[in-house]
Amino acid sequence: MLLSLMIFIPLLGMIAVLLLPRESEELIKRVTLIFTLIPLALAVYLFITYDRSTAGTQYVHGPYHWIEAFNIQYHIGIDGLSVTLLLLTALLGPICVIASWRNIEKGIKAYMALFLLLETGMLGFFAALDLFLFYVFFELTLLPMYFLIGIWGGPRREYAAIKFFLYTLFGSVLMLVAMIAVYLNSNIVNGVAEGLRTFDIPTLITLASTEGHALANLDFQIWVFLGFFIGFAVKVPIFPFHTWLPDAHVEAPTAISVILAGVLLKMGTYGLVRVNMAMFPLGLDHFTNGVGFLGNSLALLGFINIVYGSFCALAQTDFKKLVAYSSIGHMGFVILGLAAGNDTGITGAILQMFNHGVISAMLFLLVGVLYDRAHHREINGFGGLGTRMPIYTGITTLAFMASLGLPGLSGFVGEALSLLGAYSEFKWLTILSTIGIVVGAAYFLWTLQRVFLGTLNPKYEDLPEINGREILTLVPLAILTVLLGVWPNFAIDMFKESVTNLVNVLQAI
Amino acid sequence: MQTLSNIDSLLHFSPEILLVIFAAAVIILDLIVKDDESVAVAYLSLVGLGCVFAAVLIIHFSFRNPVSLFEGMIRLDEFSTFFKILLLLATAATVLFSLRSEELDARLKGEYYALLLAITLGMFLMASSTNLLMIFISLETVSLTSYILAGFLTHSPRSSEAAFKYITYGAVASGTMLFGLSLLFGMAGTGDLTQIGGRLTELLASGEVAPLAVLIAITFVLAGVGYKIASVPFHMWSPDVYEGAPIPITAFLSVASKSAGFALFIRFFYTGFGATGLMEAVDWPFMLAIVSALTMTVGNLAALPQQNVKRLLAYSSIAHGGYLLMGGVLLTSEGVGAILFYLLVYLFMNLGAFYVVILVANEIGSETTDGYRGLSSRAPLVAWAMVIFLVSLAGIPPFAGFFGKWILFTAVLEQGYYWLALVGLLNSVISLYYYARIVKAMFFEDAGAEAASVSFSTGTFALLSVFVIPTIFIGFLNIFYTFSNISVSVIPMQ
Repeated sequence: MLLSLMIFIPLLGMIAVLLLPRESEELIKRVTLIFTLIPLALAVYLFITYDRSTAGTQYVHGPYHWIEAFNIQYHIGIDGLSVTLLLLTALLGPICVIASWRNIEKGIKAYMALFLLLETGMLGFFAALDLFLFYVFFELTLLPMYFLIGIWGGPRREYAAIKFFLYTLFGSVLMLVAMIAVYLNSNIVNGVAEGLRTFDIPTLITLASTEGHALANLDFQIWVFLGFFIGFAVKVPIFPFHTWLPDAHVEAPTAISVILAGVLLKMGTYGLVRVNMAMFPLGLDHFTNGVGFLGNSLALLGFINIVYGSFCALAQTDFKKLVAYSSIGHMGFVILGLAAGNDTGITGAILQMFNHGVISAMLFLLVGVLYDRAHHREINGFGGLGTRMPIYTGITTLAFMASLGLPGLSGFVGEALSLLGAYSEFKWLTILSTIGIVVGAAYFLWTLQRVFLGTLNPKYEDLPEINGREILTLVPLAILTVLLGVWPNFAIDMFKESVTNLVNVLQAI
Repeated sequence: MQTLSNIDSLLHFSPEILLVIFAAAVIILDLIVKDDESVAVAYLSLVGLGCVFAAVLIIHFSFRNPVSLFEGMIRLDEFSTFFKILLLLATAATVLFSLRSEELDARLKGEYYALLLAITLGMFLMASSTNLLMIFISLETVSLTSYILAGFLTHSPRSSEAAFKYITYGAVASGTMLFGLSLLFGMAGTGDLTQIGGRLTELLASGEVAPLAVLIAITFVLAGVGYKIASVPFHMWSPDVYEGAPIPITAFLSVASKSAGFALFIRFFYTGFGATGLMEAVDWPFMLAIVSALTMTVGNLAALPQQNVKRLLAYSSIAHGGYLLMGGVLLTSEGVGAILFYLLVYLFMNLGAFYVVILVANEIGSETTDGYRGLSSRAPLVAWAMVIFLVSLAGIPPFAGFFGKWILFTAVLEQGYYWLALVGLLNSVISLYYYARIVKAMFFEDAGAEAASVSFSTGTFALLSVFVIPTIFIGFLNIFYTFSNISVSVIPMQ
């Protein structure tokens, strides 16, 4: 019940916002803020009261019949992985509202309403336990995102918005085929249909490892794995489906970039864990432990993401595009960790999901702060800002260091664990992947040098320092970065049991 | 099944009789009232449709069992009742649209509404005919009436062109169909659909009839049916007709005419040609699968460059005909049930989209995408309603169009038609692009400085919500799935 409340409160907020008159902008913003703070409070409550000693789903609501003709149910619940990502989503909600407080000039009502709808989609996605519901929430984020980029974005917003929409829809369509295939086969045991078909994720996971069940068939699992994988790979994004991301990031307004990098990319990797790994371990095995090229393909994709993303980032002169490409690189560590399929790797991958959400959110907020003042993002156009904006410089340095993986800050732990886990499985790919870390350090330090050190560009002599509202959005994230850097168990404890459970399934093959 | 004699059938036939009575009453009333009071005529038509609706329901609930009327000419069952309800909704919506449309000549509205009632009668018959002759008569009733309605804008050359093209194509298509029907009649020796299949199977087995002859006959019939549902290669009339006809008629044709066409298609093929022996000789499901894939692909690709929104929606409607045909090749009740459910959803989302087109044509005076520029700031509610209709047409959750596609594709995959499902799904990705073009014009582009905001009456918003609310909620409610499944239970499956 609590969980449903959390998911649908933003939706209620959307209705409330729609009923307010368009002119009362301050009121609209405050109402939105309240309706994003309530889910945050609930998420913190869930995070604290979640029973860390078990892997089972908790705070289950349902299953209730929804569309009986297809045995579609309303069924939600959380495990350690979902509760972590729910906390991330709920935390970024109010932060994005505050970040949008001053720099959304037109149509604040529609903006906030769409944002709240987006939040419902994201929260619901992480909690759904019915595959159909999962898909509906997944797609629910598409439409608001399309409008948020397309209406409030930069000069090439129309192109970026439709590209994002088409790419994601293409992926989801393949996912839909796979989902229908799973549904149609969910009651076939030894070639005979028995009982009702189902979409229930926990049931499907059990069935998929039952001897003789159609879902446990290797060929079936491989094909279905691919269908879901492409759907999620577009979202992560995994090379070669990544080209929408730099466009979308560059054109999206700051807060939307934060959500995009912070939460939407995690929907892809979350889907990989929840569906591809847990439901189709045989299919996964084919791409991680099989023979030859295909047998290492998942790790290979992770490696390509890391190295390719980092080198692309190195070449950028647009600050925001640099951060966008660095996101592609950092998501590569998640893929690599997941491909390892062992305790360390998966733990590292999940931790990296959360950390990347926090750090990339910070980075995009920081880029936004600079852009609001200078109205451009050309890295080479700045210089010497360190003397002009010392606080801003300090926070940016912290975020850069966290992102490039400085020990003591959160980015390090996730990436180190992912690599450690992957090393025992894919030795050479892992060693080569570390190139990404070196290049990562290079582009962040180089950017730091070009923007903050050197002589101050006379144009920016009276650039105002970061203000209180902006600091407010950054401080919670900065605290988390440091906290998880020195005490990673704070998060790892949450999903330790779930990971052990998953690893047992994977190693039972 | 019970077959009633001509006299006994009359009571069961009362909805159709009521339609005739009201059509006559509309003409008489038009002679009495003055030109500027022609609204009364529209209201009389609405009352008529209401009475027919009540009659359909009363008859459905008082005589539950399916019966065959007029010595086996037409059939009254859940299937025809479903389509009658669907067609009445579409006609009522069209009458309401016509009331609000500023295109139509007020002096001619009497005939206009009478013709609308007449075409509804024809469609009722299309949904219930079980005899070759009756099928042809019902199809011609609908066709002839729609030629007149398409050319109803007497001052517009485009409208006359539309009517002319329509009649030329239509004449060829129905001539071909009639030829096919006569071949079937000649081979089987009966016009009764329920017996044709059995007879032909026997004749094929004994070698008295060559499979090629049956194939040719079926292909010729398909020309007539394909023309009604605008499937490739019989679709060429539809963009021109849709563009030239008055917008309410375009909306009506795209929904009602297509639904009736599908009713006829299902009745004809499933009742008449569903026998296994027959399908071994003439693999019409596979033929239709190809037609379906071509129809959706051609429709979607041709829609991509369109600037005129009516034309764009015409191609989109062709593409939807292709999606719907997928359900028809499966020979399962899930497939046909999916067609019915999709038609129900399609009724609301497509009529809704056309209603917005009417509003924009009235207030802004444009039918091209340029006219939609900045609509989000000029008329935000209308613009958002349009978004809901278009996104639903593209098949994106949480709108009803998604649920319609979902059950269609589930049915297709269940029968192992993977290639067809994949073609259909990739097509729905393509379709998003041109729907999004309208959204882009409405939301991402500016209307220009001189564009003032447009206000609409409460009645407009009320009518708009009649389409918006079902487009949002139909998919979430179990009852509509049950409704369409019950309605196909009378269609024989192998």
